[in-house]
Amino acid sequence: MLDRREMMKRAGFAALATGFGSFRALALDTVTLPIGNGERPLVKYPQKRTMIGLTSRPPQLETPFSVFNEGPITPNNAFFVRYHLADVPLNIDPDKFTLEIKGKVDHPLKLSLKEIRKLPAVELVAVNQCSGNSRGFSEPRVAGGQLGNGAMGNARWRGVPLKTVLDRAGVQQGAKQVTFGGMDGPVSDKTPDFVKALDIDHARDGEVMLAYGMNGEELPVLNGFPLRLVVPGYYGTYWVKHLNEITVIDSVFDGFWMKTAYRIPDTPCGCIEPGTAPKATIPINRFTVRSFITNVTDGAKLKPGGTTLKGIAFDGGKGIREVAVSIDGGKSWTPAKLGRDLGKYSFREWKLPVKLAAGSHELKVRATNNAGDTQPMEPFWNPAGYLRNVVETVRVTAA
Amino acid sequence: MSRSLLLALATLAGLGLGAAIAAPVNYKLPEETAAFKPGPNLEVVKNNCTACHSVDYVQTQPRGPKFKKDFWQAEVTKMIKVYGAPIDEADVPKIVEYLAATY
Repeated sequence: MLDRREMMKRAGFAALATGFGSFRALALDTVTLPIGNGERPLVKYPQKRTMIGLTSRPPQLETPFSVFNEGPITPNNAFFVRYHLADVPLNIDPDKFTLEIKGKVDHPLKLSLKEIRKLPAVELVAVNQCSGNSRGFSEPRVAGGQLGNGAMGNARWRGVPLKTVLDRAGVQQGAKQVTFGGMDGPVSDKTPDFVKALDIDHARDGEVMLAYGMNGEELPVLNGFPLRLVVPGYYGTYWVKHLNEITVIDSVFDGFWMKTAYRIPDTPCGCIEPGTAPKATIPINRFTVRSFITNVTDGAKLKPGGTTLKGIAFDGGKGIREVAVSIDGGKSWTPAKLGRDLGKYSFREWKLPVKLAAGSHELKVRATNNAGDTQPMEPFWNPAGYLRNVVETVRVTAA
Repeated sequence: MSRSLLLALATLAGLGLGAAIAAPVNYKLPEETAAFKPGPNLEVVKNNCTACHSVDYVQTQPRGPKFKKDFWQAEVTKMIKVYGAPIDEADVPKIVEYLAATY
């Protein structure tokens, strides 16, 4: 939590900027997302290349969509950033950092980063996607971070299975859930601190990871340095950054960020009639199936004839079985060639050579996972704008 | 980029993941870029809203006839009830008036 002086300083800073008009200094330019009120500044942060700025305090940065055409791994300096609360840890001494494991365990632990790094390491390529990714496209529109499609990324994470440290601590009989807290916190002590929970069996599945490495480097500060939780296939809300507190509990955690926030309708699609309220809700969990065309942008003008479409697909961990492409607005579909398999939690690249006659074309892409789950032709809706996975359409003209 | 961060980054870049722990990191966030537009009760809005978040939280919300008084009333209520914002009851209608008139 910030002390009062720091809080006033940060708030006063905004007021000063307002008064003197010098506040534009770091906004390089703007970009307009294809949604109402979609103008955003392009911003430059330390350790990051130019990103789409959503908010500055706390920082929320969206990845420019062209990055997803560069390859299946999202570079650290282009990886999206999402915080909830404005007391972001800015001064971090990795030598003093400790991770505490407590609660219903036989041996409460305090591990330094050095001790964590000495444990047997694992690596996993996994997508992290914000629950609110693509919320700006919800129709009817809903309150919240108005994101385009850039609050997702795919990285090779390196760290220690959460199971390893839980086993060392000795989880006691009757444990139900594990909660996770990070060094970031609220500005006011009246604001609920950001704490998330996983069921004990999920926490001990061997895949949930305490990650200190990302694409062969340290975690960038804004992506959770020096340690974050990686929950493969699950929305980013569970991937607690600056992770320093793990608590085993014998109840179902009832903190705000589980009980009230990040809930989806308890229906098979997680969706309800647009504009209505759900009867019952559950915590958001696994990603829905998604796919994108990455090398052609909406409204592009192409030369008639042969061109190769390419893009990415991913899901919540079953793995992508098929990606099909339509160049006639969804009337006919052709399977694309899938790229290298980097694991069931990773982006899967795809490509398909197509011939485009002169005229306008609606290009569509639809992925199916190994469980047979696919994407809807019309968007699902829920009040928080979560789970968006409609079949994406890119309109182009060949002339 | 601050000198201390540059130094810290240089240290990070020089070390493999298996190597010794890096020096402390002092990260410097850029200045805020968004400012409230002029409107009724602007001072009340500034005093109440910017302690916890930047102005872009407000200005990026959807616009249009469905996002006026009721929408902003719900948002201000959420800030008080859910996030514990210490807003005087008398200020609530003033803030809602500004938001509905300005955004």
